[in-house]
Amino acid sequence: MSKSFTPKVVTANDLLKGDVIYQTTTGWTRDLADAEILTDEAHADLRLIEGSQQIADVVGVYLIDVTLDGTAPQTTHFREAFRAKGPSNYVHGKQEVA
Amino acid sequence: MYTYNDFDKSFIATRNAQFRDQVERRIDGSLTEDEFKPLRLMNGLYLQLHAYMLRVAIPYGTLNGGQMRQLAFIADKWDKGYGHFTTRQNIQYNWPELRDVPDMLDALAEVGMHAIQTSGNTIRNVTADHFAGASADEIADPRPVAELIRQWSTDHPEFQFMPRKFKIAITGSPNDRAVTRAHDIGLRMVEKDGETGFEVIVGGGLGRTPMIGKVITDFLPQEDLLPYLESVVSVWNQIGRRDNKYKARIKITVHEHGIEEIRRLVDERFAIVKGSFSGVDQVRLAEYKTHFAAPDFTVKSEAVFKDAYHSDPIFRSWADTNLSAHKADGYSIVSISIKKQGDTPGDATSDQMRLMAQLAETFGHDELRISHEQNVILPHVHKSDLPALHAALKEQDLATANIGLISDIIACPGMDYCALATARSIPIAQEIATRFDDLKLEHEIGNLKIKISGCINACGHHHVGHIGILGLDRAGVENYQVTLGGDHTETAKVGDRAGRGFAAEELVPAIERVVDAYLDLRTGKDEEFIETYRRLGLAPFKAALYPEAQADAA
Repeated sequence: MSKSFTPKVVTANDLLKGDVIYQTTTGWTRDLADAEILTDEAHADLRLIEGSQQIADVVGVYLIDVTLDGTAPQTTHFREAFRAKGPSNYVHGKQEVA
Repeated sequence: MYTYNDFDKSFIATRNAQFRDQVERRIDGSLTEDEFKPLRLMNGLYLQLHAYMLRVAIPYGTLNGGQMRQLAFIADKWDKGYGHFTTRQNIQYNWPELRDVPDMLDALAEVGMHAIQTSGNTIRNVTADHFAGASADEIADPRPVAELIRQWSTDHPEFQFMPRKFKIAITGSPNDRAVTRAHDIGLRMVEKDGETGFEVIVGGGLGRTPMIGKVITDFLPQEDLLPYLESVVSVWNQIGRRDNKYKARIKITVHEHGIEEIRRLVDERFAIVKGSFSGVDQVRLAEYKTHFAAPDFTVKSEAVFKDAYHSDPIFRSWADTNLSAHKADGYSIVSISIKKQGDTPGDATSDQMRLMAQLAETFGHDELRISHEQNVILPHVHKSDLPALHAALKEQDLATANIGLISDIIACPGMDYCALATARSIPIAQEIATRFDDLKLEHEIGNLKIKISGCINACGHHHVGHIGILGLDRAGVENYQVTLGGDHTETAKVGDRAGRGFAAEELVPAIERVVDAYLDLRTGKDEEFIETYRRLGLAPFKAALYPEAQADAA
């Protein structure tokens, strides 16, 4: 039996700014809370392909695991937690504007 | 110092214009990321976790006040007001935006700097002893030769698509401050029968498979250097493995073929290559030597220094810790620590950079160096200027007296920035430095090198740290492996892995136990940590690291 599918979000870096972005149903967001949550494996694969095709806007598209705290997605791995927040030595990155 | 001639200026301007065009074509969609990535990497532009990162070469770690000031200007205009000095004597900007990078490169070109070959499978920035041209123990300044290697390796048509990157380090001193034994090629200047030449070491490297380099020739005449280097790189370029990037570095080639076979192949190649060098390299070398002529050292009273040394304990502590012996009477080499306890190792703000630039111009014959240990050096300061220099450094938090001590930690950017990292390095360095500063123990502990890498690629040189720390991802949690007894000098040695790793919150207490064990075990204050380790071996330190194993065995 295959492993059960866990919720995912499509992420990438913005081509111009280089910062972390997440796919929404209509485009991309800088806020994980606004990301499209993918709960179906086939749909996730499709959305990953669609994201990867946007070569003029984004770089390095891949899927990350998330857990759902109510309806808000939370990262499951510390690497993604840092990407979603910023570095720990300065208040830079996403935490700078938050 | 070397200054660009018209050829250099035109070469850089052409490359920058090409890259500007490439960036435009990436932005308008004409180039895909797969097409663009090798082009941006050739120009030092990475994409990291949170942003792009531009890695700028500081050739053999040497720069002048004007260049340092320009680095500060770039940090303010296109980044977040700081830069990160690396273990490869480069500076990295962590926050540039793609559209701005061509302007940043043009700004660098204005002061004779660039980011070419700071990435990719090429010969990288040549690193050198950061005390070059100043140190009392030196045979000769290695920088003219380093510049010759830089000129030869930059855009060398044979060496743009190699199996992997290639790093060359050079020192002119018997005391190796350039970690030559952990480079693809290490060059140590030596003298034989009154002639100066090089001991050539190949196949050293850290990373996934740490290796101490092997001597391929113990005396290479200076005039044979470039053809010999070309032969070594050429042999490896041909037989080095391209099937597996983890086995592609020359250390693996040397390991698999054996040093005797590599020596035979290099000699064979050298016989062919040597004839193709017309001697123009030696003409150039003679010219470069004039660029690196020693400054006019002055003779003046040291009374001001002696007075301050006796009357000001803070100055005395700094002088005892941060100064090194200079070859000229009355002069000192000043190491400026950019590692105030709790700060990020290697980071300097634009204000700090501007101050260091100004101090170099005022007191230091307009020279600065970046050390592989991520500090800034003023190589030529007269002792009578040291009290004024120290007072000025204090204004920008640059007077920390910790060179060579436990808080003078090498740390790679780790997972706070780096896309390859498996764990964070910076917070670990901050915690260790802060802890021992709180204990007021670091001067008591003495010379102790802690080196931290946030992944197996070992940018933080953890294998050759007296205490090495490697951050890993263990089942989704940051975990830190400790190695002990590593040595980065002429007696280079890869440290011994102590045992299981530590969770982040367990690590600082574990390091404290190792240090306490050392303080208990040393014969006296004169016996440094590494000497106690060599005398007693891993066992007592392992026992200190893992007290629970002792309890279980009891």
